[in-house]
Amino acid sequence: MEFEILGNKDTRSGFGEGLAELGRTNPDVVALCADLTGSLKMDEFKKENPERFFQVGIAEANMMGMAAGMTIGGKIPFTGTFANFSTGRVYDQIRQSIAYSQKNVKIAASHAGLTLGEDGATHQVLEDIGMMRMLPNMTVIVPADFNQTKQATIASAAHNGPVYLRFGRPVMPIFVKPDAEFVIGKADVLTEGTDVTIIACGHLVWKSIEALKTLEAKGISVELINMHTIKPLDVQAILKSVAKTRCVVTAEEHMRNGGLGDAVAQVLAQNDPIPQEFVAVNDTFGESGTPMELMTKYGIDTPDVIAAVEKVLARKK
Amino acid sequence: MQNEELKKIASQVRRDIVRMVAAVSSGHPGGSLGCADFLTYLYFEGMKHNPENFSMDAKNEDVFFLSNGHISPVIYSVLAHVGYFPVSELATFRKLNSRLQGHPSTDKKLPGIRMASGSLGQGLSVAIGAALTKKLNNDHSAVFTLHGDGELQEGQIWEAAMYAAANKVDNIIATIDYNGRQIDGDLDDVLSLGNLEAKWQAFGWDVLSMNGHDFDSIRETMQVAKSKLGNGKPIVIIMKTEMGQGVDYMMGTHKWHGSAPNAEQLQSALNQLEETLGDY
Repeated sequence: MEFEILGNKDTRSGFGEGLAELGRTNPDVVALCADLTGSLKMDEFKKENPERFFQVGIAEANMMGMAAGMTIGGKIPFTGTFANFSTGRVYDQIRQSIAYSQKNVKIAASHAGLTLGEDGATHQVLEDIGMMRMLPNMTVIVPADFNQTKQATIASAAHNGPVYLRFGRPVMPIFVKPDAEFVIGKADVLTEGTDVTIIACGHLVWKSIEALKTLEAKGISVELINMHTIKPLDVQAILKSVAKTRCVVTAEEHMRNGGLGDAVAQVLAQNDPIPQEFVAVNDTFGESGTPMELMTKYGIDTPDVIAAVEKVLARKK
Repeated sequence: MQNEELKKIASQVRRDIVRMVAAVSSGHPGGSLGCADFLTYLYFEGMKHNPENFSMDAKNEDVFFLSNGHISPVIYSVLAHVGYFPVSELATFRKLNSRLQGHPSTDKKLPGIRMASGSLGQGLSVAIGAALTKKLNNDHSAVFTLHGDGELQEGQIWEAAMYAAANKVDNIIATIDYNGRQIDGDLDDVLSLGNLEAKWQAFGWDVLSMNGHDFDSIRETMQVAKSKLGNGKPIVIIMKTEMGQGVDYMMGTHKWHGSAPNAEQLQSALNQLEETLGDY
């Protein structure tokens, strides 16, 4: 199956466009940023709504607390910084003041994963999905491309409750239609197939699309699911697909521990134990390099998806 | 309100505190007793608020955040007596299925609580956020907070302090419970705050001080603080208190920060605290 490439853009720019649109349509939306306005593409919102934009400086803990407080009185705050500083650095602030207190804060986390690139492992968080999906009350969204990140940003504002919205730095192909419907918690089935289910999120959705051609040439029928919402997980979509395919590959730009793969494995173990292979970073920190070099070195590239499919098919037999 | 009336309420609040903590053999009586006078003043005279019809959004009413959440017994007692929930509910403190959690939380929907606290250092940031929303909403009511002195050892407090002054968040009045003691001992032995007044001044705050056990001092200082609202600077009050105030054996030591009295000690405490409004 051919996927039309609609353009090439970074997912963070999708966030920037979504936030700007929210600025025009929802007067309750406010934005806070910890000295990364350009990196998060928040300039347009800031320019159009200076009174609703709050530059907090390099003080992420204070930013999370402020965002929680701003909900009292009806505002919908979006915090902006890198994924690393949006999660581990401020876990306790998110836990107590946002998740436990059920505050309507949207945590916009950019530069997630290895594809942050040259800055290296200090900034390449690979544990954030795990940290966030463990928190009660938290919704976790990892959109696949520019258009979907824009849609997810807008959908986050309409959702009442804490949201962790994870996106990235590199320019990647756009394949989600600009007018596609985005529903939090409802997976997108991109291709229907009968031999294997690939469940991917974020940049790995495109890597999985790239794998399709090779797999189809080998006569393998793939059902590819874009699992943009990690929590709440679309359990029905998973069970419906594996009822046909009887094996799964999960693919994500995250540590194997705690991520999408873990979440899917839990569903399978409880409902339908079948073989699963994991395309994810295996218990190691990253390093400096270009985004694509790093995806290759750390085993989250297109050939890794293909190899995982072959391995899981062999196990199925 | 007359001082005599406030004293009566505070005496009952102190009885509630020691009884609540003793009933479950856990909780934090020391700081709770030390802040009983201040919180009684704040809720019965100092703030404009709406106990009969609690609203999470607190639009057009003053709002208070307890950042040092471990002194939950005092806020629960004051909230109950001022009308947020039945006084009888104090008997459920720290028990299974209670709305009165060990540290205040919102998830059990206790009227009067707008934010969980307990993990220290977060309340000033929260208060700044609420204060900014009030400004955006053209709401001229004020935001009050209370912090422990030991809590000021948390770095987030100073991130927040820097932000509020730099951005002229001038609809906030923070109060520091300066009792000089924390769990491990005297504050100066654990980690000295140095010249606390000079620190807040250097961060750009308007600094006031008061005696947290003298209603005249509290009233006068709060009136001065309120007169400074809207003047371009956040306001902090360094409130001198005694941990364990009102119960002789709990004063002059850090040891009752987080320890509950036994039956005999409870009786001794109650003998020193007049029952004025009726025990729960």
